[in-house]
Order: sequence, then C-alpha cells, then structure tokens
Amino acid sequence: MSGPDATATVVVPPSLTSKPQLRRSLVLAIGGNPNSGKTTLFNRLTGLRQKVANYAGATVEKKQGTFHTARSTVELIDLPGTYGLTPKSEEERIAAEVILGMNTEVPRPQGVICVVDSTVLEKGLYLVLQTIDTGLPVLVVLNMADELELRGAEIDEQALARVLGVPVLSISATRGTNLERLRALIDEWPERSPQMLCRLPVVPTLQEAAERRARARNITRLVYKKPVKPHPWSDKVDAIVMHRVWGPLLFAAVVLVVFQAIFSWAQPFMNAIDFAFTALANIVRHTIPDGFWNHFLADGVITGVGAVVVFLPQILTVFFFIAVLENSGYLPRAATVMDRLLSAVGLQGKSFLPLISSYACAIPGIMATRTIENRRDRLATIFVAPFMTCSARLPVYALLISAFIVDRPVIGHFFRLPALVLLGLYAAGFCAALLTALLLKSSVLKSKGTPFFLEMPPYRIPSIKSILLLMWDRSKIFLRQAGTIILLVNVILWFFVSYPKKNGHTDVYNSYAGHIGRWMEPAIRPLGFNWKVGVGLISAQAAREVMISTLSTIYRVQENGRDEGRLQKALKSDMSVLSAVSLMIFFAFAMQCTSTLAVVRRETGHWKIPLLMFIYMNVVAYSASFTVYQVGRLLGFG
Amino acid sequence: MSIQSLASLKPGQSGVVERLDTDDDASLKLMELGIGPGELVRFLRRAPLGGPLMIELMGYRLCIRPSEGERIWVRCDSDN
Repeated sequence: MSGPDATATVVVPPSLTSKPQLRRSLVLAIGGNPNSGKTTLFNRLTGLRQKVANYAGATVEKKQGTFHTARSTVELIDLPGTYGLTPKSEEERIAAEVILGMNTEVPRPQGVICVVDSTVLEKGLYLVLQTIDTGLPVLVVLNMADELELRGAEIDEQALARVLGVPVLSISATRGTNLERLRALIDEWPERSPQMLCRLPVVPTLQEAAERRARARNITRLVYKKPVKPHPWSDKVDAIVMHRVWGPLLFAAVVLVVFQAIFSWAQPFMNAIDFAFTALANIVRHTIPDGFWNHFLADGVITGVGAVVVFLPQILTVFFFIAVLENSGYLPRAATVMDRLLSAVGLQGKSFLPLISSYACAIPGIMATRTIENRRDRLATIFVAPFMTCSARLPVYALLISAFIVDRPVIGHFFRLPALVLLGLYAAGFCAALLTALLLKSSVLKSKGTPFFLEMPPYRIPSIKSILLLMWDRSKIFLRQAGTIILLVNVILWFFVSYPKKNGHTDVYNSYAGHIGRWMEPAIRPLGFNWKVGVGLISAQAAREVMISTLSTIYRVQENGRDEGRLQKALKSDMSVLSAVSLMIFFAFAMQCTSTLAVVRRETGHWKIPLLMFIYMNVVAYSASFTVYQVGRLLGFG
Repeated sequence: MSIQSLASLKPGQSGVVERLDTDDDASLKLMELGIGPGELVRFLRRAPLGGPLMIELMGYRLCIRPSEGERIWVRCDSDN
C-alpha cells in the first residue's frame, strides 16, 4: 500500500519540453469540491451554459463539452462536485468511475483539472491529494483568486506546485482571469499511454483518510503567505437567518413575498401578451376569408397557444426567485432550517434542495437527488418530488384563481386572497409530499438515521447577468414547448372539437371530443367536473399547461369565435367555484407528466417506481377532489 | 483543557478534534469534509428549532446534525 507521501514523488510533473507539433485530441476531466466554481470554469472554457448555483451539489450530472487550444482539441468532462473519491454516494461513485475509465458513457480521461476554491484551500486539497494518488496527471487550478485577494490572502503557487508535484495555476473563473495561461498549460499536457494511467482507488481506511487530511493541513500552513480573512458579512447575515425566531420568520416572509409577486409583478406583462395574442387572432379573423383556415388559425392555433404563453411572466417570476435564492447562498441555510421538519418525516435537509428545484420542474429536482447518499432516502425524495408544485401547474392555478377567486385583501393591504389561495395550493402539494415521505420512511423505505452534512457557502450578491441568462433559457424552453407539444395537441384537439360538423356548423357537444368527454363524465362528475374538463384532463397528460389551451379552444369554438371576452368569463358561467377548487386540488396531487415518469424510470432503473407513483398520485388526487367536492356540497357550497 | 463533544460547546467556542465516535462511513465522510483529528473547529450556532449545528473549520462553514456533533470529541480550553 502506498502512503500518501510516497505517491507525490511517483507522479512525474508534466514535462515542459514535450511540445507536440501536430494537433492532438485530449480528454480531460474537471473535478473539484461542490461550489468550487468548477462549472463556471467549465462554461468559460467550453462556451456552454450549464446551470451554476451558490450551493453544494448544483452539478449532479456529468456534462461534456469541447474546446480548442493552440495545439489541442480538448474534450472536457465536468464531474459532479465531490469532497473525495470514495464511492459511497452516487455523485462520488460517478466521479470515481469516470476518472478510472470505468464509465461506459464517456471516454477515459487522460488527466484531471482539479478546481480548488483558493479561499478554502485546505478543504479542497483532500480531493486533490486523492486524485493525484490515482496516478493520473493532474493540474491544480486555484479558483476565486480575486476573492482571495479581496480577503487579504496570498498563496505561494510555486511552493504548492513543488510540494504536490503537479502544476498549479491561480485563476478567476467568474472574471476570466488567467484563462490564457490555463489553455497554454493544457497544451503542455503530458502524453501517456492509457494502459499505465491509474491505480484503482479503493475505500481508504480511516488511518489513510486521517493522514491525507493531516497532509492537506500541513501543506496549507506552508503555502498561505498571508492568512484568509473571514468573509466580511456572512456572519452578521447568519446571525439573523439562522436565528431561532428571525430565521423561520424570514423564511415565511420570503415565501409570502414570492407568492404575492407571482400575481402582482407579472400582471402587466401578462396583460400585454394577452393583448398581443387577442389582436393577432382578430387580425386573422378579419383578413382571412371566413372558413376552415380562418377558424383553424384564429381558434385552433393563436388562441390556444396564446392562452398558455400568457403565463410566461408568472413562470419567469418563479425562476427569478429561485435563481436569486440559489445564487445568494440562502438556500442551504433554508435547507438547514428545514432539516428539523424533514427529519421528523424521515427525510433530511439534503432532500430540501431537490424539493425546492421541483418547484420549477420535477425533472431537475429528481436529478438533484443524486447528492443524497442513502439510497432509501433518495428513493423517498424522488417519490415525493412530483407533489411539489411545478411551474406547469402554475398556469392552471392562475387561470382558475383569476376566474373564480375574488381579489380582496386578507392580511393588511399587501397579501390578497388570490395569492393566499395559491400559497395554500403550494402548501397542499408540500404537505402531500411530507405525508407521503412519512408513510414511506416509516414502512418500506425505513432506514437508520442518516447523517446530514451541508456546506454553507459565503453569501454572494446574485449576478444580474446570470439571473437574466437563466430566465432567458427558461423562456426558450417554455416557448419551445408552447410551439411544439402544446401547439400539436391543440391542433389535434381543435379538429376533435370542431368535427363532425352539424349542418355546416360546429357543435362541440356532439363533436368527437364531446363524445369522449361525455363518455368519461360519469367518472369525474363526483369530483364536480363536466365533460369539457374531462377532455382537458386527457390532453393535460401531454403537459399540464395544455389543460388551459384545451379549455380555451373548447370554449372559443363553442362561442364560434364570436365572443371577444376572456376565457375566465366563459369558465365562470359554466362551472361553480366549488368545482374550480376541486379541479385545482386535483391538479395539485395528480401525476400528469409523462416526462417525469420517464426520468424516474431512468433514475431508479425500472418501471416499478414510476408506475407506483402514477397510481398513488392519481388515487390521492381523485380522493382529495372527491372529498372536497362532496363535503363542499353537503355544506351548501356550489 | 478538557475533552468534550462538539455539540456541547458554547456558541463561539472552539476546540481541536480529538477523535470521532461515528461509524466508519460517517467518519470517512466527516474527514473528507475536514473534520479529522487535529483540526480546529469552531461551533457557531445552532439552527432554529433544535436543528443542525453550524460549525466553522478551515475557513468554511458546515452544518451537521446534533447526533453527529455528539460523537465528535474535541479538546478545548474550558474557559474560552
């Protein structure tokens, strides 16, 4: 067995004399601690735009990109952020596999760029030492050089390179400083035959781990020329955020402001989009001769797609807040505050971050569960994640709330009833997730208390640019969805709603869709849904938002395009408030997302879990809506 | 000088890790995170509602559950 000190001498520093004349291709992996700025550097080098966040575990999937230096074409593999290479958790297993060339999906790397946050050198050195010990050529990148300087410290790069036996370079990935030097160093990457590349790392003994830790400590003492001053205001902010009274209150306030903002801030933008689509539909109606194309374009395409696109501002508001919370460093604190609650249902604080991601969309949330070491905890988190209110549910809620819930102030003048109803729906999803987790963790997925470790990054002012980029990316995804799936479903639906014609006129009631809707009506009548909602529920299986364009198309066609009023008005004349509430409850719990089921299948390895999820969630949704509607009727509502 | 568990420190008090009583998996993870024998660790505060412990070491902050904190033994000056 090789001791940690012995290995450093085994590694030959990259020879500076070997300068290949021909262009070569190189496969490198980029590794480092979570939150070391690894993904920022990856994006800088490859020109890609992977998601960056100020918390540990933002990179859970390995990503690849290609870039060119003067003499090399480099394929770069972004490894998940890890503290070590001990294959205990999913992410460390993936990182270890890639480095060892045991992963079949990516080529075996010829070396590793180890990114270290230079303000916490000692923390990152453990992984560096372990990576060097595999025998692969390593380049150490000391990131956040700008922050190190701000905090009055300096690292002796030469001394560090000497003691590690590998090249060391200070950079700032955020500012892009010293990246040219980095590319030059990559050009000098040593050629090695793949056979002799690396030794198998095994789970280290505690003795080895302690020795490596001690070595990291000694090296750190040696190379910091000036010590790092503590982060200036993190401590003061933490005194409030983690305070036993102010902490939870602040959390509640943040949540309330977000919900209020979804309604009030987004409204002007929504009105503008609505106006634009209505105007467009009217232009079509008045310019194209009355007939098939007129109705198809105005009612089938423009109105249907517009009904969904109008909710883009609200979805962007959600993403704006998620981005601010992610980039500021608040989320891990919130996860810690929530750990107590989550541990009561058998989960842990680490489950909180995937659950928060699921507010945007369950798919990235489910992928983020890879940071959870314990397999049973991970399964439980995956299982409950789709209960979190994803952004596709938001348009449905927003439509029904604006149609049926009276806008009046509830708490002071600021918090109004619609925002509170929305908050209640989000809370319902969250409670369903917690109760389901409790059920699972106290029965089939029982496990012994799992350790909880979460790094608290320093607070950072969120970068406007990265927030805007994220919102731009999300807009593109949303609009692409509206332009493809939603448009397609809508066109099909329009035909089903408009045909067969009766005496040359559309008759929705006797159309194909009308027949299907009325055929399933007995099953959904006890929930307070009519056959039109039934048609919507079927089409919502393609994507939840399609519900809206479906209703819009049905009512629009029914009115034969004459009605210039809003969908809200049409809904209100056709449904009771109780039915609307029941419908929202149904959407809160139902599993209506085929993509999520596919991702769960991929992450768990078989169809069992997604199938169980589908049945369980829909049974919960049906029972909840049934109870709400029937009890509501007994009490005299509706 | 006294040896006590990390969980029993007062806010702001620090100590040097003496030994870990956690199981092997947890000990390995703690050491990857920096909590190994000889490391200076400062207890900052406890999260609300009796939640995790926030500690500072090697210039960064970490939250761990109290159950782990009780198994991390540190040497500290009893009067600091």
